[in-house]
This record gives sequence, structure tokens and C-alpha cells, in this order.
Amino acid sequence: MLDITSLRAGIAEREILKGIDLKVGAGEVHAVMGPNGSGKSTLAQVLAGNPAYEVLGGSALYNGEELLELEPEVRAQKGIFLAFQYPVEIPGVTNAYFLRSAYNEIRKARGEEEADPLEFLDIIEDRMKLVDMDSSMLNRSVNAGFSGGEKKRNEILQMAVLQPKLAILDETDSGLDIDALRIVAGGVNALRRPDNATIVVTHYQRLLNYIVPDFVHVLANGRIVRSGGKELALELEERGYDWLLDAA
Amino acid sequence: MTDAVLAQAPDSPQVARAGAPIPHATRTVRVAEYLSQFDELDRGPEPLWLGAQRRAAIESFATLGFPTTRNEDWHFTNVAPVLERTYTPLTRASSALSPRDIVQFQFEGEWQTLVFFNGHFVAQLSEIESSARLYVGPMSDALCDEARARIVERHFGGLAETHNHAFSALNSAFAGDGAFIHLSAGTVAPRSVHLMFVTDDGAEGALVSPRSVIALEHHAEATVVESYVSIGNASYLTNAVTEAYVGDGARLRHYKIQRESIHAYHVGSWYASQGRSCAYEAFSFAIGADLSRTNIATLLDGEGSHVSLDGLYLVNGDQTVDHQTSVVHAKESCTSHELYKGVLDGDSHAVFNGKVYVRPEAQKTDGKQSNNNLLLSEGARVDTKPQLEIYADDVKCTHGATIGPVDSTALFYLKSRGIGPSIALRLLTYAFAAEVLEELTIPAVRDELERLAFERFAVGA
Repeated sequence: MLDITSLRAGIAEREILKGIDLKVGAGEVHAVMGPNGSGKSTLAQVLAGNPAYEVLGGSALYNGEELLELEPEVRAQKGIFLAFQYPVEIPGVTNAYFLRSAYNEIRKARGEEEADPLEFLDIIEDRMKLVDMDSSMLNRSVNAGFSGGEKKRNEILQMAVLQPKLAILDETDSGLDIDALRIVAGGVNALRRPDNATIVVTHYQRLLNYIVPDFVHVLANGRIVRSGGKELALELEERGYDWLLDAA
Repeated sequence: MTDAVLAQAPDSPQVARAGAPIPHATRTVRVAEYLSQFDELDRGPEPLWLGAQRRAAIESFATLGFPTTRNEDWHFTNVAPVLERTYTPLTRASSALSPRDIVQFQFEGEWQTLVFFNGHFVAQLSEIESSARLYVGPMSDALCDEARARIVERHFGGLAETHNHAFSALNSAFAGDGAFIHLSAGTVAPRSVHLMFVTDDGAEGALVSPRSVIALEHHAEATVVESYVSIGNASYLTNAVTEAYVGDGARLRHYKIQRESIHAYHVGSWYASQGRSCAYEAFSFAIGADLSRTNIATLLDGEGSHVSLDGLYLVNGDQTVDHQTSVVHAKESCTSHELYKGVLDGDSHAVFNGKVYVRPEAQKTDGKQSNNNLLLSEGARVDTKPQLEIYADDVKCTHGATIGPVDSTALFYLKSRGIGPSIALRLLTYAFAAEVLEELTIPAVRDELERLAFERFAVGA
């Protein structure tokens, strides 16, 4: 589904990703772990197409198509979804309007019929149960004044509405208490299907107790320095990252 | 072209009276032409005091002339386009207006509506009702009734600054029909009042000078919306003045919606005076006209009163939009809150100047002012100037201004959800504007302005 080769990228003339190779197949869950500053979030942002980052080389084929040349909205329309580490507050736009706009834009791009407000309400009420959200959240401005946990749940709600093929969760566990973590992870797990894939970007292992990965990759200094199964995450939890950094 | 105009310029004695050398020949000619129009205009019978006010005003105008950019209040706005021709008052409406034409400008709900078409009151399209304690009607009617004319006389010209504002002087000289709204003590207007100033192509080259007075005696309450709307693309000059008296404990909501023709010029000046423990809410919404200038001045002349001055302007192309507000805190414990927001596209230009004077006796003043501007293009320009003059020591006054493009993080967030750039930009722009529309406490007006704002961004996107 996703085939990244020799990906290099940076921000403001500073190279952060120094050659990433990563293959993600349908139905798989990959965890990308690493210490702060290793480039985890950069990888997530580059895959989603954040124009603040510059791609310096390499490629990322998504179902055979070069992802790096596509506008962010086109990537989303083709099924890529990034759950933001810091969801953006948009005062003045209601969550309901935002979600319906996104839903309809993606349907339109796929040549499907748009949902009217009433049809959409049915869809969203069903999805909101997944993340245990109250319908009053729909009439609040997008993320404005939301608690950390509410913001993250709102990200997963968007994911549930947009039904991506490839979801990238960027530090979705940060700032969550254990109950919120369970709800968020439960939502992600409920959305797993044999034909979609998930990349979980995280610093800590604890989210991986709930979203169990098939593969774990350790990113350090812009490169993947170790790949393994879910047991690698447990080893990192026990030993920290230093032993890998030294080896690299 | 200037030469041709010069050749036609009448030898008017007022030119000599104006005296001071004005470097720009066109400026002088233009002033002279307005003076001679004043002399020639047949205004029909009207109260003597009104004629006297007109004459004093035209003299003031002759002395002041049109402002130049050397004038501090006009530093960022050049009136040159307004001086390209001499606009002429229309003695009567040249075409007819049908009820269908104005449906698009009306609000939901129950309203008292006064329709003025190309400067003249249209009784058939208006819906007005007065009672012993509440008068709502055209100024022309109010002046015909002797008792009522005396009430008008007590208010007319009491606040407008004709001695130092050329356009207000010009309005006072040529003052045409507007509204007279008078509420006796403790009267709450059962319906909001909509003053609809409509123009069509028949207004080409016209000088429209609506003059209105709103007088709320103590503990009265009213909502007055002034709409300046246009059917077609005529070039004309609207030069309006409204004087508003807000008595002790009274509450006046006063909104302006400026949707003039894109070739029109609009100058609108509001002068308010506030008593004790009263509230004045002034809102200016501006999307039309080639060049528009809104002046709003209020005097907080009683303790414990509040004024809110809010506004939203959305401009594009070569439009210029200018807002000048002035709040004088003359008494203790008053609050003034001000939020103006602007969205600029194309090569448009916005000017904001917010003056707050706090007099020595105005202790415990609470003043807040902000002006935030969103730039959608490289060519757009904003000049914003908060001006605080504080002569009391126990006051709380803040001000701030921002000018910047759309937040790129928010834009990426929307795009990452599959929303294309034009809709994303429209959503963010709308969100930016929505904050100030929240200040509107009449839902029918708020809904309508939200719709207009949203439509406007669709065009810009």
C-alpha cells in the first residue's frame, strides 16, 4: 500500500529525515517509535503533505502512485488521514460543518453523492458512539476550547467519518489519561479492516498495549535504526532508546 | 478634463470667501460648484431654523473645503476619486421602485420599514406606525407637523460636527430626507426600525444626503438598522448623517449595512450623545462602494454608561474602506468596547482609526479596542491607527491591531481532511469574520450578515 524509499525531508534548510525506507501493506499496523527530535512527526507531516516541510529526495508510492507530488487535500481524498499531534483550533466553524464539508469533499472527489445535513447527522451520530462523544460537540467550534482528550477524540471521530485507507496517528497518546487512551485506542481498533493500514507514531509504548502493532520501527536521527515485531516496543520500554542510538 | 471643468466654473462669490489658497485646482472648482448648486437649489417651504442651519453649514463647507491627505483624519484616504465630478441632488425620483425590488434587502420578522429611493421617501413601500409615545417617520413628514417640528429642532444639528468635518457640513447644507425617530421616556419600540436607502441607475451622478435623527428619552429602547443598498452599478455619492441621542438608562442598537454600488462613494457619519447608565451599540458592516468612509463618534456624558463599537468590512478589487471611530469618556465608570475586523482581497485598502479620549474626570474608565485584519492577497493594504489620549489616572484601557494572512497551520489542517483550497480559505475567512458578527444581538440581522459575508467570500475565493 505504501512504499517509502530513501525519503529525505527537512524544514528551513535543516535535513531531518535522512533516508527513510518503509513498506506498509494492507491490513497492517506499524508503530514508528523514537526519541524526541528523531523525525517521527516530520515523517507523519511529510506523508500528509504539510507544505512547511520540504522533500529533499526519495519517494513514497501509495498504491503505486507518487504521494509526494500530490496536494494534501488530494492525498486525503485518496484515503490518507493524519491524526494531528496538536489538533488545530478553528473558532467560528462548527465541528458539524467542518466534518460535513470534509466528508462531502472526499465523496465528491470519488464521484459519490454528497450527504445533506440530515443524512450526515445519521452518519455522524453513529460514529460519535465509537469515541464516546456527546452530540453537543457538534455545535462547538472545531477544537476551540476543547480539552487535550477531547481534541484527540475529535481526531479519531474525523477518522471514523472519513474512513481512510491509510491512517497516520501522530502522538495520539500524548496528553491522554488512561480512560481517554482506552477510548481513543478502542475507536482506532474498531476502524481496522483487512484493506486499510495504520501507522502509529509514538514515543511511549503504552498506546501499543491497546493498538497492537504488527511491526515496530525505531527512528533515530532521521533514519530507521531498527525494525522488529511488537516485542521490540516492550524492549524499548524497558531499556529506553540509548542502546539503539549508541548502536546507530 | 480639468481644463474643461475650469472653463465652466461659475464665478461664485463664495470662492473668494473661501479665501485660503487650495493648491489643487479641481478641489477649488468642485467646492465652487457645490456652493453654486446650493444657491440654485429650490428646497420648497421649510422651517426657518433649518434654512439657517443650511446656510451656516455651506459657509463652513466653503471654509473647510474637501479634506486632503495632509488633514490628519484623512491621512490614509484620498478623496480625489470623489472629486472627479460634481454630484447633484435629485429633486425627485426619476424612476419607480417596486416591492419586488426590495425584498432582497429585507430582514426576517416584524419590522417598521422606511424606504428612501434615490434620496426620496417612498410611502407606498414603507411600513410605519407611530403612537403617542413613539414616532417613526420620514423627516419630511415630521417637519410638516408644527409640534413635532419643534422636537426635531431641539435635536437636529445638535451633535453633527459641521464646523470641522467637510462632509458633515455638506450634508447639513444639502440635507435630504431621512428618518426622525423619537421615543418618549420608558418607551420600548415594539418593532425594530429599518431605514432602507435604495438607489438605482437613476442615481447616476447624484448627491444623496440622508439626514436622520434618533432621539431616545430616558429608559427608552430601540433598534435602528440603516441599510444603504443599490440596484445596479451607478456612480453617485451618498453622504449621510445621523444624530443619535441616548438618554439616561436608554438602549439603542444602531446598525449600518453598507452595500452600495461598486462605483458609488459613501460617507456616513454618526454622532451620538449618551446620558447616564445607558447603552449604545453601534455596528458597521461594509462590503460595497468604491470608496467608503464611516465616522462614528460618541460622547459618554453620563456615569456608568456603555458603548460598543463593532464592525466588519469585506473588500476586494480596488475598493477603499475607511472607519473612524471616536469615543469621548467624559464621565466616570463608563465602558467602551470596540472590535473591528476586516477581510481584504485584490488590491483593496482598509483604514481604521480608533480614537479614545479619557477626560480627567472620567475615572474608572474601561476601554478596549481591537482591529484585526485578514489579508487574502499580496496587493491588499491596511492602515490601522489606535489613538488613545488619557488624562485620568484610574483607568483601564487596552488596544491592539493585527494584520496578517490566513493561518497556514489551519489551512493545512483543513486540506488534510480533503477540503480543497478554495473552500478551506472560505471557511477560515468566514470563521475570522464570524467572531464579530456574534456581537449582533438581533438574530435576523446576524443571520443576514452571515449569509452576505459567506457569499462575499465565495466571490473572492
